[in-house]
Amino acid sequence: MLDIKNLHAGIEGKEILKGINLTVRPGEVHAIMGPNGSGKSTLSAVLTGHPAYKVTEGEVTFYGKNLLEMSPEDRSHEGIFLSFQYPVEIPGVSMVNFMRAALNAKRKYYNQEPLSASDFLKLMREKRAIVQLDNKLASRSVNEGFSGGEKKRNEIFQMAVLEPRLSILDETDSGLDIDALRIVAEGVNKLKTDNNATIVITHYQRLLDYIKPDVVHVLYKGRIVKTAGPELALELEERGYDWIKEEVDNAK
Amino acid sequence: MSAIDQYIELYKENEQAVCRNSAGALNEARREAFASLAGASMPRKGDEDYEVTSLEDVFAPDYGVNVNRVELGANPAEAFRCDVPNMSTCMYFLFNDAFHPGKNAANSLPEGVVVKSLKDAAVENAALVEKYYNKAADGKCAQTSLNTLLTQDGIFLYVPKGVVVEKPIQLVNILNSGAPLMANRRMLIVLEEGAQARMLVCDHTQNCEVSYLDSQVVEIFAGERAVFDYYDIEDSSTGTNRVASFYVRQAAGSNLMIDGITLMNGFTRNNYTVEMEGEGAELHLYGMAMANGNRHIDNHTVVRHTAKGGHTDELFKYVLDDNAVGAFSGLVQVCPGAEKTEAYQSNKNICASDGARMYSKPQLLIDCDDVKCSHGSSTGQLDQQALFYMRQRGIPEHEARLMLMQAFMHDVIAGVRMEALKDRLRHLVENRFLGNNSSCRACPSTCHKSGGKDA
Repeated sequence: MLDIKNLHAGIEGKEILKGINLTVRPGEVHAIMGPNGSGKSTLSAVLTGHPAYKVTEGEVTFYGKNLLEMSPEDRSHEGIFLSFQYPVEIPGVSMVNFMRAALNAKRKYYNQEPLSASDFLKLMREKRAIVQLDNKLASRSVNEGFSGGEKKRNEIFQMAVLEPRLSILDETDSGLDIDALRIVAEGVNKLKTDNNATIVITHYQRLLDYIKPDVVHVLYKGRIVKTAGPELALELEERGYDWIKEEVDNAK
Repeated sequence: MSAIDQYIELYKENEQAVCRNSAGALNEARREAFASLAGASMPRKGDEDYEVTSLEDVFAPDYGVNVNRVELGANPAEAFRCDVPNMSTCMYFLFNDAFHPGKNAANSLPEGVVVKSLKDAAVENAALVEKYYNKAADGKCAQTSLNTLLTQDGIFLYVPKGVVVEKPIQLVNILNSGAPLMANRRMLIVLEEGAQARMLVCDHTQNCEVSYLDSQVVEIFAGERAVFDYYDIEDSSTGTNRVASFYVRQAAGSNLMIDGITLMNGFTRNNYTVEMEGEGAELHLYGMAMANGNRHIDNHTVVRHTAKGGHTDELFKYVLDDNAVGAFSGLVQVCPGAEKTEAYQSNKNICASDGARMYSKPQLLIDCDDVKCSHGSSTGQLDQQALFYMRQRGIPEHEARLMLMQAFMHDVIAGVRMEALKDRLRHLVENRFLGNNSSCRACPSTCHKSGGKDA
């Protein structure tokens, strides 16, 4: 579904991604790990079309369509979802209005009628249950005053509503205690089908105990320097990133 | 030579007609106003408290004044549809500057409450009007004196001691003329001890092809423990220039809400002067301004605490787009003897385009110990992180921007103390940001619907 070829991108003239190649197929779970500053979050920003990042070379296709030409909202409609590392607080915009606007924008993109009020509320109820999100949060402003765990659960709730084909979880485990982590991971697993895929961006092995990856990539200095099975994550947990850094730096 | 001169000439030539079509205290006050205007001029850009606004320019065009009280059109009450449904009000009209009662307006008012033409009140309630009329207004302010010189009518609201008016009183100001017109409106509001009332005022312009100058002077006297809300919604046209001055005097324990909302206008200057004279008086002074195109909105506030334990909560918010200009200058003064005053002033603004300009000057002047005061101002752009977050969820950029602009106004609307109005304001603000002019929708006239993009 996703094909990234020789992707170079950066921000404010500084190149951060220096030739990424990655293919993701339906049903797969990819983990992208790597030390700080290796470009993990840049990759998620570039895939979702953050306007601050500029692509200088390479191509990205999603089900054969040129992703890089699409607006962030169209990428969303096509089925790309980002669970933000730091979900944004939007005072004055209620969760209900936010989700209704998002959902109906997607329906419009596929020439569907907006959901009726009752169908919409029913859907919200169903999806909230997946991550045990409190009903009270629905009437509040988006993420405003939410705890760290509530914010991340809210991300997965939105993912459940929008039913993306490719979900990118950017450091979803950061700031979560073990119970919240379990709830979030279970939510992600419940949403997994043979037709969708997940990219889990993480620093630590911990999240991967709950969300089992098929493939593990190590990103370092803007390139994927190692790709292997789930055992690679365990090895990184044990040995850290230094041995990989040495391998790469020595190879030059 | 000042723009004032043409109106002084007009007054000299028509003094008899002006007075004949008005009455009592209104006529009495003209002499003093006339004297104070000799050699005076309107504030010009760069004068103190007029950093970006020239009233001289606003008064310069040759507007007609309807001194002979010619009926300019059909009874507005017949044609007007209120845009705030789910709210039962006692409705009155100022058609240009002539008073018209709405249908059944007075039916549900408690005994003793007076709502009527100020001209009529000057005769029928002469003692009351003489006691209060022009007593709070600043005789040294040129635009106020000019209003005093020329005004012939307006509205008089009187709520006697201890009386609570449940139903909101609605005043619909309508401008409609075939030629450029200056309307001189005067509002006199008196609440005695323990009285309570709420007033909803909306400004509309019906013939949008004509330019108008809307001069308003509002005097509010709140007695001890009186509670009064004044919601002022300007929803006029790009050709409407408004110069409004509010003079408020609050006695001990009184509680006022003054909320100035500019949805649609051409040029607006609002001056608010509030004297917190009684111990423990409470004021909520809110403002919300939305402007695009080349529109201009300037709010100036002075809140003076001279008694102990007063409380002021002031919040003004602006969203400016295109080449709109916004200005806010606000002074909170805590005078000697006003210990235990709590005063908070805040002005927050969004410039949504490169061409929009905001000028903000918050001021706090404290001459007394043991007070809690703060003031602050911030002007910025829409939150880019929030915008991206919304777009990532599929909300189109245009819609996301609208939602964020609307969300920005959310705390001003939350401060409104009338539920039905709160809901309606959310809707009006949304419509405004969508570029719809609700004034045009509510208007029965068939002038071109100029509420679109430019407006």
